[in-house]
Amino acid sequence: MKIELDDIKKYFGPVRANDGITLTVEPGTIHGLLGENGAGKTTLMKVLTGFISADGGGIRVNGKPVHFASPAESIRHGIGMLHQEPLDFPPLKVIDNLVLAFDNRLIPHRRKARRVFKKLSQRFNFSLDPDARVNTLTVGERQQLEILRLLALGAEVIILDEPTTGISAPQKVLLFATLRRLAKEEGKSVIFVSHKLEEVEELCDRATVLRWGKVTGYIEAPFSSDQLVQLMFGQSFPKSERSPVVLGDSVLELQDVTVQTYRLTVPHLSLTVWAGEVIGLAGLEGSGQRLMLQACVGLQKPSAGRVLLDGQDFTRRAYRDFLAAGVAYLPASRIEEGLIRGLTLAEHYVLAQRDHQPVLIDRAAAAAGMQKRIDKFNILGTPGTLVEALSGGNQQRALLSLLPPALKLLALEHPTRGLDVESAMWVWGQLLGRRQSGTAILFISADLDELLERSDRIVVFSGGVMTSPIDATRTSVEQLGYLIGGVRDTEHTGRDTRS
Amino acid sequence: MQLSRRLSNLGVGLVPVLLALLFTTLILILVGAPPGKAYWNIIQGALESPNKWASVLTATVPLLLCSAGLLVTFAAGLWNIGVEGQIVAGALLTTWLALNLALPPILFIPLLLVAGLVGGALWGLLAGWLKVHGGVHEIFGGVGLNFIATVLTNYLIFGPWKPAGRATMSGTAPFPPQAWLPRLGSLPVYPIAVLLALMTIGLAHFALRGTTWGLKLKAIGNNQRSAFLMGIPTHRYMLGAFLLCGALAGLAGSIQAIGVRQRLIPGISAGYGFLALLVVLLAGYRPLWVIPIALFFAAVGVGSPRLELSLQLDSALGGTLEGIVVLFVLLAQGVRRRSASRRLAGTQSQSQAQAQAQEHKEAV
Repeated sequence: MKIELDDIKKYFGPVRANDGITLTVEPGTIHGLLGENGAGKTTLMKVLTGFISADGGGIRVNGKPVHFASPAESIRHGIGMLHQEPLDFPPLKVIDNLVLAFDNRLIPHRRKARRVFKKLSQRFNFSLDPDARVNTLTVGERQQLEILRLLALGAEVIILDEPTTGISAPQKVLLFATLRRLAKEEGKSVIFVSHKLEEVEELCDRATVLRWGKVTGYIEAPFSSDQLVQLMFGQSFPKSERSPVVLGDSVLELQDVTVQTYRLTVPHLSLTVWAGEVIGLAGLEGSGQRLMLQACVGLQKPSAGRVLLDGQDFTRRAYRDFLAAGVAYLPASRIEEGLIRGLTLAEHYVLAQRDHQPVLIDRAAAAAGMQKRIDKFNILGTPGTLVEALSGGNQQRALLSLLPPALKLLALEHPTRGLDVESAMWVWGQLLGRRQSGTAILFISADLDELLERSDRIVVFSGGVMTSPIDATRTSVEQLGYLIGGVRDTEHTGRDTRS
Repeated sequence: MQLSRRLSNLGVGLVPVLLALLFTTLILILVGAPPGKAYWNIIQGALESPNKWASVLTATVPLLLCSAGLLVTFAAGLWNIGVEGQIVAGALLTTWLALNLALPPILFIPLLLVAGLVGGALWGLLAGWLKVHGGVHEIFGGVGLNFIATVLTNYLIFGPWKPAGRATMSGTAPFPPQAWLPRLGSLPVYPIAVLLALMTIGLAHFALRGTTWGLKLKAIGNNQRSAFLMGIPTHRYMLGAFLLCGALAGLAGSIQAIGVRQRLIPGISAGYGFLALLVVLLAGYRPLWVIPIALFFAAVGVGSPRLELSLQLDSALGGTLEGIVVLFVLLAQGVRRRSASRRLAGTQSQSQAQAQAQEHKEAV
């Protein structure tokens, strides 16, 4: 199915989210849509899938102009989208989720669903258990289910929005193989929305790059990263230099700590973190790095071992005591766990002043204080903006701006997830600045390049077991990959003598 | 907000009320009752004499107190259905002191009122503790505790606190005169109570909007997890909200006991707790709007019994009208929100959408 977007315009007041975008997706191709956050790719896909209606321009499907008043209409025309967060029903079984794709009246078409499920999973080599409940699946498996559901609905165009976030390497390989199959063998049109240059280079036949609501380029494979970066940003970024930092005293010490939840036990964690050091935590989601990070800030009580902060025993202390002692924790989900919906930036500023909080709120002072942070951190918003109105990148900036000035330890989960290259670089600029003033940084990341580039030492989690710290300058993506996969062969790992 | 927008908001707010009146009128016609006469009776019932005005004010007091408390718990995202039992708990502790102590009024009255605060606060704290540390949803805990309070009351009225002679369902032994809340002359209105009620609602308005405490409650109500991660002691604040709401409800109970009834009767809370929930919902969680709405509800409550006298209509019609108004208003709010979000998703500018979200935020 050929999709043509003709001069799509979508304005939100003065903001030109889509400023005359023309784009053609041919059947049987994988088309990459690249651009930084705010470039307009999400808006464009929302127009294509019927979530919002364009202010100008039109859509043509196989040459015929169409207009979608709702997502249901776009699905009926065969356009399906895989969102970043799977739109499934966790308490239900896999097969029931698929059943929902069919036009069930009184009796759900279970048998038909099973047939379709079997046929499609075999064709694409998915190993999904139809009777498993969705909340036991990994992100990658939920994606596979989504794909099956869209195909069962008769999708001819499949749009994937940042699909490789949170899935394992083998799942990614399978996903890419699936997409290639869908395009080459089944003649579907695939639109791959991403900001990950390497993946677009690897997967797509052609790519369209957006910047500030306009198309900056249409390119055919083979691409080069430099070319893509040029089109996305107008400049290419050199790999940042490592600046030497003198490490200070031990800030945090884990002494044979065991963290236990009903799902996972992470035993024998021992680590010393020095002031000014950056330690990266690698591993697939659910391997224990999150639990370890939370143990470092007092959100998880160890069932064994000791946690020392600045030499003092903080093992049994509450999270608030950690905060008071100069620790900060930035969770991965910015709006679910970090910021508070319904409150403005200025109100968050008031709440962030933990130690000097007057009884009466001085709104003018709060607005002024927040404005200073907005200017310093380049947040696209005003003190009166509700945080849910900010984009993801700006929410991250807001969270960083609200951190106390002097910190002993800063623990971050996925600090640059969902951010474009420029915002990610800015975030690391901030973090490295803090490191210069002696803050120790612990961060979880799924981006091996980021881990290698930014960490001094890396620990890898696999199946609840943490490796000894590895010197980041003496390891590679391959070695990390092996460790994440659970291979403990010393030949493949760079061992570090400090610990 | 400009005047025109304020007026249009008011207009939009009035539409559901008018619809509710229309609906109730239809019911009346179906039942064969003359609607005009029915409404007129209610109005007359509430306003026909200074005695009645006084009664309306007196009925407004527990509504204002409980509403102020509920505004606090709602801010923290809590559904304190147990407010009814907290009124009773305050009345119980007050009664215990009233029947067992003898002090000059200048000391006795404040003590009894404080007893109301304490009794209600403890009952509220119980519901809060069950929620925070027991994982019992506050609605279930509240309903359960309401029931216990009622049963306890009945036991005490029939047992240890019965009047000399024989036990009677009409209440305990009457309180000594030193325990009576002073009236305004012979009118059934209690100036101390009215003053306390108005002060409380004013404080609620001020505290929830203008203090850090109020902002933290709101933070907890909007996203408990994020608030906790920010360092707000969520459990402490939630328990505090239960305590405060319970205290205010208990004060209302105390006033009912030593003012209106001068004894403890079954049903001392008279549904004021539940009614306050309706008042707060109707007021859109805005403290200043609580005052006229509470007055309205009190007036309907005082005026409805006249229906039985003049038209042989059940006085419950008043309650029916109140309930229908709340339903229609909530429906209207829902419709408004839905049409606003539809416009947001369409061609409306983002800045307008933000402004609307701001308005909505102010409204809620």
